[in-house]
Amino acid sequence: MALATDVPKDGFRLSMLVYDTRYRGYTIQIIALLLFGLAVLWLLDNVRDNLAAKGKEFNFGFLWSRAGYDIEQTLVPYTNDDSHFRAWMVGLANTLAVAIPGCILATILGVVIGVLRLSKNWIIARAMTVYVEIFRNIPVLLWILMIAAPLRELTHAPADFRLTPELEAAGQQPAASMVLGDTFALSNRGLHAPLPLFERPLGSLDLGFMSLNLTFLAALAVLVGSIFVNRAVVRRANAIQEATGDRPTTWWQSLLILTVPFMALMAALGLHFDIPVLGRFNFSGGVLLQHAYTSLLVALVLYTAAFIAEIVRSGILAISRGQTEASYALGLQPGRTMNLVILPQALRVIIPPLISQFLNLTKNTSLGIAVSYLDLRGTLGGITLNQTGRELECMLLMMLNYLILSLLISSVANIYNRSIQLKER
Amino acid sequence: MKTLSYIRTEMLPQQAPPLGERGLVKWARENLFSGPLNTIATLLALYIAYLGISAILPWLLNGVWNANSLAECREIIAASAGEGASGACWALIRERWHQWLFGFYPQDQYWRPTLAFVLLFVAIAPVLFNKLPKQMIWFTLIYPALCFWLLWGGSVWGPVVAMLGFVVLAIVYRLAQPVIGVSAAAGAGIVAAVLWWLFLDAPMVTALSGIADISLSSVRSTDFGGFLLAITIGVTAISFSLPLGILLALARQSDLLIVKSLAVGFIEFIRGVPLITLLFTASLLLQYFLPPNTEFDIILRVIILVTLFAAAYLAEVIRGGLAALPRGQYEAADALGLDYWRAQRLIILPQALKISIPSIVSTFIGLFKDTTLVSFVGLLDPLRGVTSVVRADINWKGIYWEPYIFVGAIFFVICFGMSRYSMYLEQKLKTDHR
Repeated sequence: MALATDVPKDGFRLSMLVYDTRYRGYTIQIIALLLFGLAVLWLLDNVRDNLAAKGKEFNFGFLWSRAGYDIEQTLVPYTNDDSHFRAWMVGLANTLAVAIPGCILATILGVVIGVLRLSKNWIIARAMTVYVEIFRNIPVLLWILMIAAPLRELTHAPADFRLTPELEAAGQQPAASMVLGDTFALSNRGLHAPLPLFERPLGSLDLGFMSLNLTFLAALAVLVGSIFVNRAVVRRANAIQEATGDRPTTWWQSLLILTVPFMALMAALGLHFDIPVLGRFNFSGGVLLQHAYTSLLVALVLYTAAFIAEIVRSGILAISRGQTEASYALGLQPGRTMNLVILPQALRVIIPPLISQFLNLTKNTSLGIAVSYLDLRGTLGGITLNQTGRELECMLLMMLNYLILSLLISSVANIYNRSIQLKER
Repeated sequence: MKTLSYIRTEMLPQQAPPLGERGLVKWARENLFSGPLNTIATLLALYIAYLGISAILPWLLNGVWNANSLAECREIIAASAGEGASGACWALIRERWHQWLFGFYPQDQYWRPTLAFVLLFVAIAPVLFNKLPKQMIWFTLIYPALCFWLLWGGSVWGPVVAMLGFVVLAIVYRLAQPVIGVSAAAGAGIVAAVLWWLFLDAPMVTALSGIADISLSSVRSTDFGGFLLAITIGVTAISFSLPLGILLALARQSDLLIVKSLAVGFIEFIRGVPLITLLFTASLLLQYFLPPNTEFDIILRVIILVTLFAAAYLAEVIRGGLAALPRGQYEAADALGLDYWRAQRLIILPQALKISIPSIVSTFIGLFKDTTLVSFVGLLDPLRGVTSVVRADINWKGIYWEPYIFVGAIFFVICFGMSRYSMYLEQKLKTDHR
């Protein structure tokens, strides 16, 4: 940082490498680079020696051999005859299956709690403070275990849901019953939930290395399309308002545009729900969510929501009171003040820490190990590693995988962040 | 002309505001029932609170403190509160609390970790509160060696001679600094200390042990457990990660391209992977990166990895503080003719660290909570390690809430205390006049 003033121009001396601020930077950098290079070389040399001593070699061929273990919950088709690579992909999908819904649910819950914590209602504000303090100050591992233990040990076996003739004769109810209009059942095997199915699905497109579900793509396309059309409608309304001062009523148009095409698509594809039904020994039909999945997801959402609530609260508090007063002075209603004045400014404060909470949640999915959830760490860094004994390769791949995941999330979020940041000169 | 029949000539005494506008009623009207929506919300919240309390309170009140097994607990509850009543079985905590605190540390040696824990407060007091006498900092400096000796035992000379290495470092630095400058003197000091540890350490320990053999019975690392383990890892990692984090943040902010990119690479790598993978690195991978047949203690390995992990997060937090300082502060330091390290030490860091106190403390809280993850590499952390040992006992099979509530409460007290301290510190260091 020190500035070099006009130095008398005499010849270069070796001592200037240490004393002269113009050259000292280079000296330090070269020493740092040398030390770093030496350290890396030393580590690599050790790795080579150790691998030789253990009679192992460094290659990734094991990824294509048969995995031979079962994974309870698979989003990607998988049997134990598939390769380790396939198992890795199943694990990655399972990680994302917690991370993505987790981020969405935690954001919703966190925003609600953060706003309620600022509520004028004393009892609600206090209750939210208690929630935030309790969840922030206790390790997330405890929440995962505490939700998983009773789910696994207090729930009933599927047979207990049955109304046997003996019970009926005695006029008693079965030990457990299904909830929400007999659609959900919480047994000791997991949460049996209805599964959306299509009578006339569009099939899937096979790309060789992966297959694309066309039904899902069509639904996505319709949703994105209707959002774009809705934007056009809003833009037109804005233009009319600019020109004439009157804003045409558009809420019913928006509602129709956003819902009707999607519902029409669903109806055309024959959407219906496959509801779990109690069979001879177990529930059949529907989808079975493992307790490991449920407890991991619920615990991460509750835990992360407490942090997000604090971020939202501090973001709103960071906007000075004068902004609210100015907007009231302009005659804006409280609702529009929030939407047009407070939130756009608060978002700038909220988004960066929110991104790091998303990253934390994604990384915390690796705690699924506590409930034996087979995610990225459970497959690639767990069973595959133990079966093949290739610690170095598996750990490298796993770290790289998490790193890419983190970088992806943060770069997408940073693009969004840049789009809402204050444009300064 | 007299049309007014009565004119008051003296002031009336002030009357108290109406009942609805004062005291509890006013407060309740403003804070609980200010509108229909608020009234509904209040009633709903009260109802939910009532449901929660009516479910939990009997369970707490029926709690049993004296029993030898879960079955006995249940019998006592059924006898006292009637059949089918629920109740907590705190007898488990009463019987096994020492395992949650100390793990498998030998029972007759409990005084050692307890003493170390009490001395910890003496050691950190001069760092936390600046009203205490300055001389206490000397105790803080020798505390790490003392604590290590108390916890692990063995000969007293090992830690003493190792600490002397730092004395060597300090002496070399003092002597060399006026001659060759800060960075070079620090380098020379480190080289001297490393030479001391490599070549003089072992013979000196042997010699001194021959003269006077002062030792405690040694305890293996695998016997450590419970909060003893969590606090050992947490406190060590916290105290080492802060200086490391500051150095990393300075490196990342520096103008030197290579230093900067090394720091960026390190920070982003550590922040991009979960702590669990780093812990597995400590337990599975470190053997590949060290010379063959190097054995080194699993707790030490975990501490090193946790320290590096926390340092990367702290570096980002401190970088935020550095970036928040107005440019003028840097320029003013340069204008005063301070060199880089003086400028950082006297002007930049005191302000940057003050700004980042809340985030630094929340990183520390996160680190302390993360010490529970060491159970995945086979150490007995209080949450999962000890609890699963206790729950595996046939007498206590089927108990879940009580252990988690006990452990959770201790974690809550420690972490909540840390966050309150950070608020106190913020208030104390506040210098703006708002």
